[in-house]
Amino acid sequence: MSGVRVLVGTHKGAFVLTSDGKRQRWDVAGPHFGGWEIYHIKGSPADPKRLYASQSTGWHGQVIQRSNNGGKTWETVGNKFVYDGAPGTHKWYDDTPHPWEFKRVWHLEPSLTDPDTVYAGVEDAALFRSTDGGQNWQELPGLRRHHSGPNWHPGAGGMCLHTILLDPKDPGRIFIAISAAGVFRTDDEGKTWRPVNRGLRSEYIPDPDAEVGHCVHRIAMHGSRPSVLFMQKHWDVMRSDDAGDSWQEVSGNLPSDFGFVIDVHAHEPDTVYVVPIKSDSEHYPPEGKLRVYRSRTGGNEWEPLTKGLPQRDCYVNILRDAMAVDSLDPCGVYFGTTGGQVYASADAGDSWAPIARDLPAVLSVGVQTLS
Amino acid sequence: MIRVMLPPHLRTLAKVGAEVRLEVGGPVTQRTVLDALEARYPMLRGTIRDHVTQERRPFLRFFACEEDLSLDPADSPLPNEVASGAEPFLIVGAIADG
Repeated sequence: MSGVRVLVGTHKGAFVLTSDGKRQRWDVAGPHFGGWEIYHIKGSPADPKRLYASQSTGWHGQVIQRSNNGGKTWETVGNKFVYDGAPGTHKWYDDTPHPWEFKRVWHLEPSLTDPDTVYAGVEDAALFRSTDGGQNWQELPGLRRHHSGPNWHPGAGGMCLHTILLDPKDPGRIFIAISAAGVFRTDDEGKTWRPVNRGLRSEYIPDPDAEVGHCVHRIAMHGSRPSVLFMQKHWDVMRSDDAGDSWQEVSGNLPSDFGFVIDVHAHEPDTVYVVPIKSDSEHYPPEGKLRVYRSRTGGNEWEPLTKGLPQRDCYVNILRDAMAVDSLDPCGVYFGTTGGQVYASADAGDSWAPIARDLPAVLSVGVQTLS
Repeated sequence: MIRVMLPPHLRTLAKVGAEVRLEVGGPVTQRTVLDALEARYPMLRGTIRDHVTQERRPFLRFFACEEDLSLDPADSPLPNEVASGAEPFLIVGAIADG
């Protein structure tokens, strides 16, 4: 019997939502870690019972939790994130040098093959890895030491490494994205990195097509075709067909090309989902209508998906890590809002229903397809 | 026996009540109390003071005997009432950041 587990990180705790393969009735467990910010929870592709959660508060800093039973029980693991060597400085908002300071883990990405190996994207931007189930963390310092590092700036939410994509066909290749530096790629398991931002254009930086400085909000890939990437940038939806070496805009007919989330259908590599947001100063949907937009053509041509979503007086936001898909057939699509709703579609986006309605503000949504 | 009062988030993290009791060998100071606390509850490491610098996290304060001891040196003796167990050592979260 197949099923789905939806891992929801919120401003005040974690929730685990489960359903069978029909995805009509949902059980809600939680809050786990009540009162703590849960920036991200993610399950291991190699062992679905193994979950990792990033737990933090301003009072007490960072904690990492691990579950070995699909979220029923949790244990704290290591929370010592120390930059390798002298951390140096990056640019602050006013362009002055600012010391690199660890603040929190934004994103956890378990290895595709080893449940004990997990990557952590942190603020201030750096990539860490644990190979012992989260007990000990080592930085992969080649990224932060890239020659452009001293010129990276924070985005409005901080200088966060928020996206980690592991290439399923090339174990040496990893893509990461940083607000507001851009996308970087390694082809040697994290030893060396290079920015892959050619084709991005950002009018909010002095040189709009600079090598770094772009506020990339999220990137996504389909596992069968990892050299094709999709991006929701601060403004603009972008696509790369050469593993980030070059990007083309595919915003097409979207009502706004600002937004945070982007994801790809589990079985159709050219079917892409975004949620347009009105602007960077108004973090809510255009016209108060919550609409997911789907492209079946890999971008440029987008259709609004509205059935079951509020079409008036809706002023929530959908944060960058708050959309995910399952791999059932038809593909399920899930997203969470800052208003505490988690919406699910069991028919690839044609229709939607809330599977949780009154949670704290949703920071992240992860999905596991269970067999 | 030293009594330590924990703020709510650390109680849930350590799965304990508001007050924990610790044996502290030698001088009773902020450092020795926190060392004993972290030894008994390793999940609290890094949540009260920085892993590397051992500096108190900025949104926490240390109180005892109706005094704010937060800025006292970590190796200064704590009040006799704390050392004797008559009064608790309080770790307090700021009324901010929530």
